[in-house]
Amino acid sequence: MRAPPVTTALVSTPATTHRLSELDVLESEAIHIIREVVAEFERPVLLFSGGKDSVVVLHLAAKAFWPGKIPFSLLHVDTGHNFPEVLEFRDKTVATHGVRLIVATVEDYVADGRLVERADGTRNPLQTLPLLDAIAAGRHDAVFGGARRDEDKARAKERILSLRDEFGQWDPRNQRPELWNLYNGRHTVGQHVRAFPISNWTELNVWRYIERENIDLPPLYYAHEREVYRRDNMWRAVSPVSPPRVDETVELRTVRYRTVGDMSCTGAVDSNAASVADVVREVGVSTITERGATRADDRISEAAMEDRKKEGYF
Amino acid sequence: MTLAIESQNLGTEVAVTGTLFRFATAGSVDDGKSTLVGRLLHDSKAILADQLEAVTRTSTERGFGGESGGIDFALLTDGLRAEREQGITIDVAYRYFATPARSFILADCPGHVQYTRNMVTGATTADAVIMLIDARKGVLEQTRRHLSVVALLRVPHVIVAVNKIDLLGYDEAAYRKVEASVRLVTAELGIGLLGNGGVHVIPVSALVGDNVVDRSERTPWYAGPSLLELLETLTVIDDRGESGRAAEAFRLPVQLVLRPQGAVVVAPELADSYRDYRAYAGQVASGSIRIGDTVNVEPGGGTSTVTGIDFAGVDLDEAFAPQSIALRLADDLDIARGAVIAAADTLPPVTRTLEADLFWLDPRPLAPGARVLVKFGTTVVQALISAVTGRLDLTTLAVEPATGLAVNDTGQASIRLSRDLPVERYAQNRRSGAFLVIHPQDGATLAAGIVTAPGEPTHAGDGSGAGLEVSP
Repeated sequence: MRAPPVTTALVSTPATTHRLSELDVLESEAIHIIREVVAEFERPVLLFSGGKDSVVVLHLAAKAFWPGKIPFSLLHVDTGHNFPEVLEFRDKTVATHGVRLIVATVEDYVADGRLVERADGTRNPLQTLPLLDAIAAGRHDAVFGGARRDEDKARAKERILSLRDEFGQWDPRNQRPELWNLYNGRHTVGQHVRAFPISNWTELNVWRYIERENIDLPPLYYAHEREVYRRDNMWRAVSPVSPPRVDETVELRTVRYRTVGDMSCTGAVDSNAASVADVVREVGVSTITERGATRADDRISEAAMEDRKKEGYF
Repeated sequence: MTLAIESQNLGTEVAVTGTLFRFATAGSVDDGKSTLVGRLLHDSKAILADQLEAVTRTSTERGFGGESGGIDFALLTDGLRAEREQGITIDVAYRYFATPARSFILADCPGHVQYTRNMVTGATTADAVIMLIDARKGVLEQTRRHLSVVALLRVPHVIVAVNKIDLLGYDEAAYRKVEASVRLVTAELGIGLLGNGGVHVIPVSALVGDNVVDRSERTPWYAGPSLLELLETLTVIDDRGESGRAAEAFRLPVQLVLRPQGAVVVAPELADSYRDYRAYAGQVASGSIRIGDTVNVEPGGGTSTVTGIDFAGVDLDEAFAPQSIALRLADDLDIARGAVIAAADTLPPVTRTLEADLFWLDPRPLAPGARVLVKFGTTVVQALISAVTGRLDLTTLAVEPATGLAVNDTGQASIRLSRDLPVERYAQNRRSGAFLVIHPQDGATLAAGIVTAPGEPTHAGDGSGAGLEVSP
């Protein structure tokens, strides 16, 4: 038995007025979605990367089932290119919540030839196969994700409960209408559902919620010194999987990450935002979207995200 | 990143504890809806520099922009490859923006493909619908059809944006003519008389920006608010007060029973006191509840008193829509998922029949006798559509005789349920009176339904509550 992981936050958020704030409305909506999925599906699982969005979904799940434990496992697709501090955070968080973590490893697929390394070195698009295999192996009929509709133009059209076929494919032209708060999770053999409880949250909502609830995040979301070099108009970290080319100059800068993906495709931004409050302020006046600022993989084409989603990406 | 247009966007400070306002946009083809949405997002500084750069680049490539700096705002909302290639919008897209006053969720509903399906989707959660009209064309048949959907679904606020007012030379007389015909149609359809909000008509030019964010000097004869001002001040459906959902009778559809039986996350020294913890988790659909209130539970007809309202470890004295809570009761009643906990003496008697309006959304037509599933709140039951009693002519809301319904039809049907349910009229309760019609085999959502009349109460002793329940 453990101390409640959400205690600190709980005391700070009593409903003192008769009007719910934006964050309260979004929080209750997300908890409703999480409970619907747990009630209607046999074997849900949460995609957990240690990134801020999946951390927020985990926190909401803890609230949804309090004082009981979170009634599902977590699944992480490890590309082998993860930031070490994020993996450390992932394991610590899993222990705090007392949940089970399943890890699907891209490295295994590359090692035995089921997947081939890409010329550009990024492994983000390689996640799809291990993800689908893990979903099939765990017989998961519902997969929670932390995706938000404000992230990308294709995601703006995805449903909160998104039906996928046995290949994990998203068919944007054939989605179920989403009516009132009545979610239809019915599916047939081989199909599963992706569930996105924080669909309606913006990046700023997420940060304000992290601030309000005092939620722990991997340290690289906050300003820190790091050896970086400039590529594709982003600061890329020096690491074994993302070494600088000879013509790229390495410098020590104060940076932070707005999104946390692979070291090989995630860029840092110049920032002095060392605390949650600093980050909230920074995001509130930012003029660039988080994916535009930090994700090389979304820049491959204007429809990069849409194409990956159709192939089963989340 | 070097951006020539970066100076256009200086970022924007947004509300810290603002309310959330949901609205949908609808219009016919070429009414300029995408331009209006783009203008709203652009002028409220919701478009960030990299998005604007991408759109400007594509606009220029397609001959829109160039040195004139013209931007095809439609590119901001057309998210899918096919949409950009074909210049059409396929599916409802959700957009997010905020001003110092309020945060907004915009459901952008395309007008030409499956417009009923898209309108219904956008309108079911909306606090307001913006209907776009081309000032030169006035009220079209499709405008009437859209407004009929808005009327049937009882969207609280209707804003009619009379667009392209610049093309009429900002002529007041021409605008007044369109406004008068709008008022006539909305009155005919009963919009604004339904008790909640009202009808607002605004002259705008989405292309130029007149009355979208700021009031225009070119329409001195219009004294009302700009579109954004209106969106910032209209009441939110969930707000307490005479018109809000919280003013309706308390309803909590039970999602699941929280009964951790010792497997708890509270501190070890408290674990013992949670050994027998049992609470009913759900999102308050309407109304409010306080500790000590008496409640009724259906099915079963039990009565009890509220002893605790939990929000993840916080004890609340009161909860209201749309909070997600867990309710503790004084008595050990047989309550499972699908039950409804309601304020005492407010639930209608249970019934097994109902009359409803159906918005048929599936390509497969409906024939009477169809066996389906219906989902009310957290209950899924088998049902039989025993008769189609008419189809609504959406231009007049007149009822025509019909024997079936095709995709995008709206019709009236009689439905038999396999189990007793406390069925409520949609006009009385927007949540409890709404339901999904689901295909029993492939699970597709066939229709959106709203109850127009519950059937005869089920009499005691005729098997009440013993019907067949379908597991999810």
